[in-house]
Amino acid sequence: MTRRFFVVVAIVLFGLVFASLAIGYTEQHSLRALAESYVRLVPQELGAPNVITGILLTYRAFDTLGEVAVLFMVGAGVVLVLSADRWPRAAAYGPEKPRQSSEIMQSGAQILAPLIAIFAAYIIMNGHLSAGGGFQGGAVIASCVLLLLLAYPQYQLNIEFLSITESVAGALFVLAGIAGLIVADGFLDNRILPLGQFGAFFSAGAIPVLSILLGVKVGCELSVILDGFRPELVEQKDQV
Amino acid sequence: MISNIVLTTGLLLILIGIWGLLTHRNILRIIIGFSLMGTGTHIVTVAIGYVKNGTAPIIDRVLHMSEAPSRAVDPISSALVVTAIVIGMAVTAVMLAYTIRLYDSKKTLSIDAFTESKW
Repeated sequence: MTRRFFVVVAIVLFGLVFASLAIGYTEQHSLRALAESYVRLVPQELGAPNVITGILLTYRAFDTLGEVAVLFMVGAGVVLVLSADRWPRAAAYGPEKPRQSSEIMQSGAQILAPLIAIFAAYIIMNGHLSAGGGFQGGAVIASCVLLLLLAYPQYQLNIEFLSITESVAGALFVLAGIAGLIVADGFLDNRILPLGQFGAFFSAGAIPVLSILLGVKVGCELSVILDGFRPELVEQKDQV
Repeated sequence: MISNIVLTTGLLLILIGIWGLLTHRNILRIIIGFSLMGTGTHIVTVAIGYVKNGTAPIIDRVLHMSEAPSRAVDPISSALVVTAIVIGMAVTAVMLAYTIRLYDSKKTLSIDAFTESKW
């Protein structure tokens, strides 16, 4: 009873704080100085029409690199926590053999998976031109992998291949950053490649390249995380 | 006006998330509360980046480069939210992984069963 009382008090207090925030908020009429300089500089300096991608992959690309490192750690952590001892889990719940997915699921996956993969490639490659980018595209790739895992529960992802691809993409990302130090103005500067014509497909310097690397890396990492959540399959148990 | 509505929605989502965190005893529901809270903060962050009559900060036929600084919304909050969504997803994955482990050890999802790390 007292717990409920404290919960209500906490919620009410938070509500008061939020209410004062919501009441005191007024819509901005112009951009703040930093935002304005970003909106001005990204198209001029970096040649990228999408200001957000320009910020993510050049001005704040170091943040992005750190974030990818966080994702990697999460992938490693999930695998570490879940794979130490998969036996009791598989025995505790779930039938002896994983249930086959239905015909509808499999046919749907067969039709949708290539489309989703193409969509992911489109999102990644157009990150500098319109809404999209490496993170979003990588998440779409992972959704494709999830669909395949649901449709074919027996399917074994090649974790080693994913890990190697991911490491190579990460290393190339850092190398591109170091190339920026040498050739251009700083770490992860996108002007190591020619800027090209504004708005063209091959433009904005290294941003499309970084976008691809980021997409591949995020896609692989999320796929590894997704795979970590699957219970060990029966066939594999016999081999152990 | 529109950003007021979005901001209020986001703050309400945060409140609902906190309520879910504090009242539910099932670990999965606590995680859902956590995710709701995270989503609420994302919405709030996007809302405070809105500029009156602004549009997405993408230069194209509709938004010319010269008028972009006066008509685009704040790109920084959008960029931060892109980052935050991915990290939020990662945090949720870690929480779920621990939940599976906790379930293995006690065969229950109730947070009341895990008293040994309570101070």
